[in-house]
Amino acid sequence: MTVWKWGVALLALAATGGASAMAAESDDTIVLGAAVSLTGNYSTNGKNTKDGYELAVKRVNEMGGVNVGGKAYKLKVVYYDDESTPARGAQLVERLINQDGVKYILGPYSSGLTKAIAPVTEKYKIPMVEANGADRDLFTQGYRYTFGVLSTAEQYLTEAVNLAAEVGKAQGRDLKTFKVAIVVENDPFSADVRNGVVDDAKRFGMPIVIDDKFPRDINDMTPSLTKVRALKPDLLVVSGHDKGALLGARSVYEGRVDVPMMAMTHCDSAQVAEKFGKNADYILCGSQWDRSLKYSDKWFGTAEEYAVRFQKEFNYAPPYQGAESTAGVLVYVDAFTRAGTLDVEKVRDAIATTDLATIYGQVKFDETGKNVAKPMVLYQIQNGEYKLVAPTKVASAKFLYPTPAWTERMK
Amino acid sequence: MDNLLVLWQAPTLTLQLLIDGVLVGAIYCLPAYGMALVWGVMKIINVAQGDFVMLGGYVALYVSYAGIHPMFGVPVAAAVLFVFGWIVYQLVIRHIVDRDLFVSVLATFGISIVLQQLANQLFSANVETAEANLGSTYLFGSTIVVGNIKLVAVAIALVLAVVLFLFLKHSRLGQAIRATAQNPRAARILGIETSQVFAMTYALNAAICGAAGALVVQIWIIHPYIGLTYTIRAFMIVVVAGLGNIAGVVLAGLGLGAAEQFASFLLGAEYQAAFVFSLLVVILLWRSQMLARRRLYLK
Repeated sequence: MTVWKWGVALLALAATGGASAMAAESDDTIVLGAAVSLTGNYSTNGKNTKDGYELAVKRVNEMGGVNVGGKAYKLKVVYYDDESTPARGAQLVERLINQDGVKYILGPYSSGLTKAIAPVTEKYKIPMVEANGADRDLFTQGYRYTFGVLSTAEQYLTEAVNLAAEVGKAQGRDLKTFKVAIVVENDPFSADVRNGVVDDAKRFGMPIVIDDKFPRDINDMTPSLTKVRALKPDLLVVSGHDKGALLGARSVYEGRVDVPMMAMTHCDSAQVAEKFGKNADYILCGSQWDRSLKYSDKWFGTAEEYAVRFQKEFNYAPPYQGAESTAGVLVYVDAFTRAGTLDVEKVRDAIATTDLATIYGQVKFDETGKNVAKPMVLYQIQNGEYKLVAPTKVASAKFLYPTPAWTERMK
Repeated sequence: MDNLLVLWQAPTLTLQLLIDGVLVGAIYCLPAYGMALVWGVMKIINVAQGDFVMLGGYVALYVSYAGIHPMFGVPVAAAVLFVFGWIVYQLVIRHIVDRDLFVSVLATFGISIVLQQLANQLFSANVETAEANLGSTYLFGSTIVVGNIKLVAVAIALVLAVVLFLFLKHSRLGQAIRATAQNPRAARILGIETSQVFAMTYALNAAICGAAGALVVQIWIIHPYIGLTYTIRAFMIVVVAGLGNIAGVVLAGLGLGAAEQFASFLLGAEYQAAFVFSLLVVILLWRSQMLARRRLYLK
């Protein structure tokens, strides 16, 4: 028995030793490390994240690799599966750093996982460029080595409040009578979305008449919508990942709840338009990115060309999770080149001074490490399709307001 | 208190909440019957109850992917889950029937975790829903709106309750199930193949859950981890109603649905879950007090 045990232990040691030998930086390869969710709750988005990273790595290598101080390096990413659990993610990143000798970390999927990993990279003074953790909290801890390329959660629906203020003013209404209802999930991400909306509503002096936080195991949203029916807000905001989006859209049309303007997050990933078609018309959706945006970079060309390439490689259209992950790798590539060295601290400083155009939008970090150059965009579902309606600069369709009553729509 | 004022000003909303609650409760009833059945007959608390609901939902979802109306998913899910429940019985439950309650809770908890992870592997973690497109009904001159799918679900839940009641009362298998529930040893002596009865009971329970899941996917949403919601509700309803009391299960289920709606409306959605658990605690306290009083009386 004991002989067996020792044998197994030795084998395991050999296996890990082999892995670290593989991962260690060879002369002409820069190794990045990432713990992403390939199984568990976040496996779908975890795959999007990995695919985004992989596409960037492939493209950069195709184009001759990364030029650091006159020498061309190939890129490579070592992955581990964090099983969608924060503790496991933190453990694996520690392993990437300590055992595999990785000096540059790419973020995991979701705010929760990123929050668990950030203290680890901070402890070892290893930079982490993350593309999928949108919590505002991540950037209030004074982290020096964490950089996020995506817009933070509180910005997700601020564009919708701005739009509401615009139409309110255009109607010549006093914004103090423009009522806002908020129904969000009771989790850190949605709470940030809510706080962003609350701040903006306050700025315009709009009263908040409903402020509901539904539980994680929600299966029914009707009580909150009954309140909406009673209090008749002018803007209804719903956020709660995919389940919030699906329940919100369905409950509003099934309950024939009339509200002039409704905005939510995650419509695209939940496929609200695809599932409910015209019944989901007029709903506004905050999104990080869209392939029709006029962003471009030297690696992929335009956002549309990126999307075509992504689709060809992985057989599905890129969700924004894919595009932002690609941007995360590009930030590293740009920083390596500008630093002109692979010294970790110098690379970190180069990342901090990033000002880079990518297919995902401009990336420029403030002193807390969050990207302040890229706005959120707002879709509206029109005739069962997503149309870009805000910000006005990039809009490709007109914002339809107000939403007609259900009695009209059902005719 | 503002919310109370809202209700006061618009009394029809009270009715809307009540109707919504009853409709929600009807869905909770289904896994609750199943749980009561298995608990009563086999003395097993099936923690995997909600996961059977989840699986039923996926069956109906795939039926709708095949281009068939998801309503047909209800019988299909019931049939598939019947077979599935029978297999689970043969693999695991068979070995724990005579053990104490703790073993059964652990074992079914294990089954629950395995099912969640398998579902995650097979169907991915995406949140899914199937569209029945049955429209909505306006009641009382458009002041109250109800989704037709929910009405259909209530009808199915009630029909199932009646069928189950008649089945237990009059069919041979039903009588065997009841006999086994009362005294397995005596039933065995009288020639009832109790292991068969157990297998059938467990499979029947899975089938009921499957039907519930097929409705859930059309009314709300499913994902691999949604099971616990239904397990907890079912457990609560059974605790309130007691075992072997189908009418009680129906009443407790509908009551729980309505209570949830009012709690969510009046206290805010964030207290809905807290309310359910507090209610469970209160009911357990009340139950144990009633039992203590009865014991005192017997002395």
